[in-house]
Amino acid sequence: MSFLRHAAQLAWKDLRVEFRTREIVYMMLFFAAVVVLIFSFAFVAPAEEGPAQVARTMTDPASGATVMAPKNREVLPNVAAGILWIAVTFSGTLGLGRAFDRERENDTMRALLLAPIDRGAVFLGKALGITMFMLMVEAAVVPLVALLFDAPIHRHPGELAALLALVTVGFATVGSVFAATLMRSRAREVLLSVMLYPVIIPALIAGSKGTSAIWMDPSELTVAHFWIKFLIVFDAIFVMVALWAFESLVVE
Amino acid sequence: MKLRGIPTFVFAAAAALLFFRLPFLVFEKAPLDYMLYINQKIFYYHVPAAMMMFLAVFVCGVASVLFLVKRDPKFDDVALAAGDLVVTFGLIVLVTGPIWAKAAWGVPWVWEARLTQSLLLWMIFVAYALVRRYGGAGSERLASGLALFGMVNVPMVYFAVNFWKTQHPTNKVVPNLRGAMLSVFGTATLSYFLLFLVLLSVRLAVGRGQRRLAAAHDLAVENGHLD
Amino acid sequence: MATSAPAPGFHEVQARGLTKLYGRHRALGGVDLTLRAGSLCALLGPNGAGKSTLLGILSTLVRPTSGKVAFAADGRELEPREVRAAIGVLAHEPMVYAELSAVENLLFFGRLYDVADVTRRSAELLDEVGLDAEARVRPARTYSRGMLQRVSLARALLHQPRLLLLDEPFTGLDRAGAQALARTLAAAKRDGRIVLVVSHDLEAIAELCDHVVVLKRGKIVHDEPRDAPFGPAALKQTYLRFTE
Repeated sequence: MSFLRHAAQLAWKDLRVEFRTREIVYMMLFFAAVVVLIFSFAFVAPAEEGPAQVARTMTDPASGATVMAPKNREVLPNVAAGILWIAVTFSGTLGLGRAFDRERENDTMRALLLAPIDRGAVFLGKALGITMFMLMVEAAVVPLVALLFDAPIHRHPGELAALLALVTVGFATVGSVFAATLMRSRAREVLLSVMLYPVIIPALIAGSKGTSAIWMDPSELTVAHFWIKFLIVFDAIFVMVALWAFESLVVE
Repeated sequence: MKLRGIPTFVFAAAAALLFFRLPFLVFEKAPLDYMLYINQKIFYYHVPAAMMMFLAVFVCGVASVLFLVKRDPKFDDVALAAGDLVVTFGLIVLVTGPIWAKAAWGVPWVWEARLTQSLLLWMIFVAYALVRRYGGAGSERLASGLALFGMVNVPMVYFAVNFWKTQHPTNKVVPNLRGAMLSVFGTATLSYFLLFLVLLSVRLAVGRGQRRLAAAHDLAVENGHLD
Repeated sequence: MATSAPAPGFHEVQARGLTKLYGRHRALGGVDLTLRAGSLCALLGPNGAGKSTLLGILSTLVRPTSGKVAFAADGRELEPREVRAAIGVLAHEPMVYAELSAVENLLFFGRLYDVADVTRRSAELLDEVGLDAEARVRPARTYSRGMLQRVSLARALLHQPRLLLLDEPFTGLDRAGAQALARTLAAAKRDGRIVLVVSHDLEAIAELCDHVVVLKRGKIVHDEPRDAPFGPAALKQTYLRFTE
């Protein structure tokens, strides 16, 4: 099908262009790492407890004295998962903006829209490109989060990968539609965040809760599977809507 | 006075009367809930407002789609008016909800499926309002895209509540109302619906008026009558 | 200059009643226009007249608020994708990827347009527009304005478009470049293509232009097709008469 072929050609072009400078991926990676660090500072306990432990006190039932609570394994997975997804989201928005800025620079988006290809293929190509950039960044950020929070990333890697991939696809889909529509807008950087985040938060919640379910001790696989199913539905619906709406939104 | 304003006036009068009557119905006619007593009565204000909020979401979403396909500014006017109504009715929902929640659950807010998704839906349409006002050129198209994705979000709210055991009363409450509760609920819903129609038509009229005024202004400038 | 057979397709472009409203601003108000094969039309007018909007509508990137453009061939209306396959646009922005070379850009676009024997055709075109072999493999961000214009022209001509739309194509070109462009446009006319040029540089197009359309405040105030090129004097006169 020429539709898929054209989308693939576009995505491949984006990869080639990106590999010449690696600008977007490096920026996204750095920014994601910074976000992870900023948020982890909020949860660092006093030095004796070691990093990334949430310091809590409790009343010892036997003596009635106030003591340090044992390392709370219930809080950590949520914190680590949440921080992971915040970092992915923020750096993703950055990359999204920059990727479409590139098409603005020499007005190449206009050339793509002029081409005798399905406009949906233009959307799909961009979304695929951004998905790949984000997955590359996630490949580095997940180990980083695991390192800082002692999160068990080796556990259920299939489910974890599914969550990462599905949320990324959803983010890239909605993000590409909005970013493309915003290309000629004056306030496009602000508006991208304003428009994108509320729509995409359900997917982020799903990713975050699914991830923390996996990282719990023991892992709550049924919960993770629920969220994966939710994301599949979310992505399916939004990809279809995006494919239909892209042309109307981008043509003046 | 133009004939066109008369239905709106009639609806407004009817809505005003019904809303005036509603507290009496709620406190005297509707039976006391066996668990929450008087606190439950906010249900008659909360649920119809939520229903109108969702109605406004669909009106805005459908009007946006029609606008994108046909590019007729009339559809855009409707979408704009409905978008504002989502924010308005949503505000009622988000204020009455926590009041009820504090009484029923002890906490005003809980991060569970339906509450979260409703809040997000409201925020999508606050964003819609922001885009309409500050989006600059082409903001009608932009906002239409946002409204479309917002509308598509709604089925997920509905199904998430069913799949995920939550604290929020499930979708089963309203269809199972009986007797006096049902009739008072019906009156409340009717009042809100009339209010919805009135607000929509007034907001529509304002929006259309603004557009026509601007067009007339431009025409006058073009023909040299103004500078 | 390599002349190639014109792509099968429409022989004229007919625009009827084109109106475009941007919110409250009326960019075009009821424009009727007919463009014929083998003719070069100069679209003139002051800034803000609606020329870019008209070009946008003709290139199918802007949807008119009302009115229609007909690209009819053999009595059948063409599908939007067929229409796009037969249109080439040269605008103010070069529409090439800065990180890719001229060759890579042309190969990329050539594949999107299903251009036959794209490697050879790209090489030929780059020869025609005068981009030397060393430059054409460098990334486009190293190109001067004039070089970018040349690559852009090559991109616009790559698929042998039936309709050529050019928006200020002579800006940034030196004498040699302007002459090369003029030669290319003359060849396009000879091949029976339809050319529409928006240009402030009347002298450059005077010998080619045989149809003048003047746009003012979104309306056509003058539409004069001729059988022979206007020439510099007549063109200037027409322009001055209708844009004061």
